[in-house]
Amino acid sequence: MACSVNSRYWPLSRWLTSSYKTTCRAIAIRASHRPFSSTSHNSLMETTGFTETQLTVRQAVSEVCSNFPNTYWREHDQNEQDPKEFHAALARGGWLGIALPENLGGSGLGISEATMMMQTVAESGAGMAGAQSIHANVYATQPLAKFETDEQLRETIPGIISGKWRTCFGVTEPNAGLDTLRLSTMAKREGDEYVISGQKIWTTCGQVASKMILLARTTPYEEAQRPSEGLSLFCIDLDRTQPSLSMRKIKKMGGRAVDANEVFFDNYRTPANTLIGKEGQGFKIVLHGMNAERCLLAGEALGLGYAALTRAASYARERIVFQRPIGMNQGVAHPLADAYMHLEAAKLATYHAARLYDASKTDSSITQKAIGVAANSAKYLAAEAAFVACERAVLAHGGMGYAAEYDVERWFRECLVPRLAPVSREMILNYVGEKALGLPKSY
Amino acid sequence: MSALRILVPVKRVIDYAVKPRVNKAQTGVETAGVKHSMNPFDDLSVEESVRIREKKRAPGGVEDICAFSAGPSKAQEILRTALAMGADRAVHVEIKDGEELEPLTVAKLLKKSVEEQKSNLVILGKQSIDDDAGQTGQMLAGLLNWPQATQASKIEFGADDAVTVTKEIDGGVETVKAKLPMIITTDLRLNTPRYATLPNIMKAKKKKLDKKTLEDFGLTNEKRLKVLKVTEPPVRQGGGKVEDVDGLIGKLKELGAL
Repeated sequence: MACSVNSRYWPLSRWLTSSYKTTCRAIAIRASHRPFSSTSHNSLMETTGFTETQLTVRQAVSEVCSNFPNTYWREHDQNEQDPKEFHAALARGGWLGIALPENLGGSGLGISEATMMMQTVAESGAGMAGAQSIHANVYATQPLAKFETDEQLRETIPGIISGKWRTCFGVTEPNAGLDTLRLSTMAKREGDEYVISGQKIWTTCGQVASKMILLARTTPYEEAQRPSEGLSLFCIDLDRTQPSLSMRKIKKMGGRAVDANEVFFDNYRTPANTLIGKEGQGFKIVLHGMNAERCLLAGEALGLGYAALTRAASYARERIVFQRPIGMNQGVAHPLADAYMHLEAAKLATYHAARLYDASKTDSSITQKAIGVAANSAKYLAAEAAFVACERAVLAHGGMGYAAEYDVERWFRECLVPRLAPVSREMILNYVGEKALGLPKSY
Repeated sequence: MSALRILVPVKRVIDYAVKPRVNKAQTGVETAGVKHSMNPFDDLSVEESVRIREKKRAPGGVEDICAFSAGPSKAQEILRTALAMGADRAVHVEIKDGEELEPLTVAKLLKKSVEEQKSNLVILGKQSIDDDAGQTGQMLAGLLNWPQATQASKIEFGADDAVTVTKEIDGGVETVKAKLPMIITTDLRLNTPRYATLPNIMKAKKKKLDKKTLEDFGLTNEKRLKVLKVTEPPVRQGGGKVEDVDGLIGKLKELGAL
């Protein structure tokens, strides 16, 4: 890592009038710790219109990310190795608390800034793997901050912000999918404990997390007054040494540095005080954070798209075939120009949604429906724009796009994630058809 | 030992990683739309000041760390960076965008600030990477008649206001000792500047930043030099290839090097 970033210092040496040798030695010493960012001035994204705070976040995060070059992510992807150093570096910088209240040790910024942070992480080359290694810590802690008791807050939040604990989010089940209200993992109250049995799937970071924010059924589906009132939310310890808890890693297409799991609970016990909010209110609490997560995901998709397109454009400028740069051919240039416009448009949709989400806290004229439509649209548009950008980036590289060394294949594999998760394209179309167009619900 | 009141001058310059281009009028380099950052040597000065406090290296303690910059309104961005790294407050002297100060004017301005802030230690970069003059620290020491230690790679504090500084010089290091008040200029090996953490970036927004003008200090931007023309360095001519050692010796002889 240290060696590869040294090269970023070369331009400085051309300025220095003092002893050349001394300077180079000093540079080598320093570079292993703190290379300057090289992302922001290479980025294609137009940054006018962003707030000063957003730009500060972008600059400061990209500095941290520049310590983790593409070689780091390539290796961790190939070896399916958790990027724990990256998570630790962001935790050290206080970044995991970006959207948590200041009295809990967070920085009290909004989703507009958190989205910019996630985009910057993905755009640095870390891609979805980098984003997913911290995503739940940034987003799934939102319901905790809002619904936990003071005692619970003191116990959980500081440990998550400092990076002592990592979290994962246990909602999705193999037999429930997008129909969250049908999930069947049970948490049965027995004295001072809840006893959990059931199965979760696609739990990201389950292998490395020490906490899970778990949505489980406390009232059987048939007995619940309303379908939305049988679920409860917990923040439980994940003790992988217990025989009542087991996990299996899922082999997957992209983002291989970050583990995704099937998680099995078989009478796993957790103290009753790990319940968040009231029993039966779990679904409502989770809904609270969903629009925020759409925004973050949209930002991550944008970052991935801009990373791929930036790489493709630079390749198209430099690669000479038939005695001229391939980017001089309209067959190469036009698909990239088209991808750029889609990314820029999705960017506006994304930060519009984030702005609405943040503004709704103080402006009651902004309806939940407006936020929901904006956040879902943003996720949809950004995911599609990222897919287009990543695919064309591979194609612009010709055969080289297929080689891991050029990174675009890694981003291409990862860009399917925002298209699929946390909600499918089709469910977003259903939602927008219903909420924005007033069409009857189809399911 | 007296408590330290450190003044840290910082300059906003074109980012070190940007390849500068000469403007069309050949009066300077193109600055519009170009990424700017804190001069890397100033980054070291801020870091060192903060470390002196954090590591309790000065027996009298550190009473105040004041970051100071003269430049366009955007220079406030790098002052905020200095504040996020740990400076206590900042002073910004606004200079019209596009106007440059010569080192002597900067030194005069710093002298006035030192007097106003009652600073007893000034830590500044040995040069700024835009014009590479490398004069401000020395001129300031002259104007104040204070001792100076340039190109510092190590700063140590002793009893009775003594400060020992290890300096980078050609072919090795030189160690000097002086008493406060003094001027120190920083070199690359002094430390590794930190990243500002998010909580500190947020705190920095609330720290005091005073805005001033040259007139407030009774100064004008007097120019002693006139830039006639700025041009790109000549394009490097590619070297020749030789077949073997004999070819190399022959070539060197031909060029009169042997």
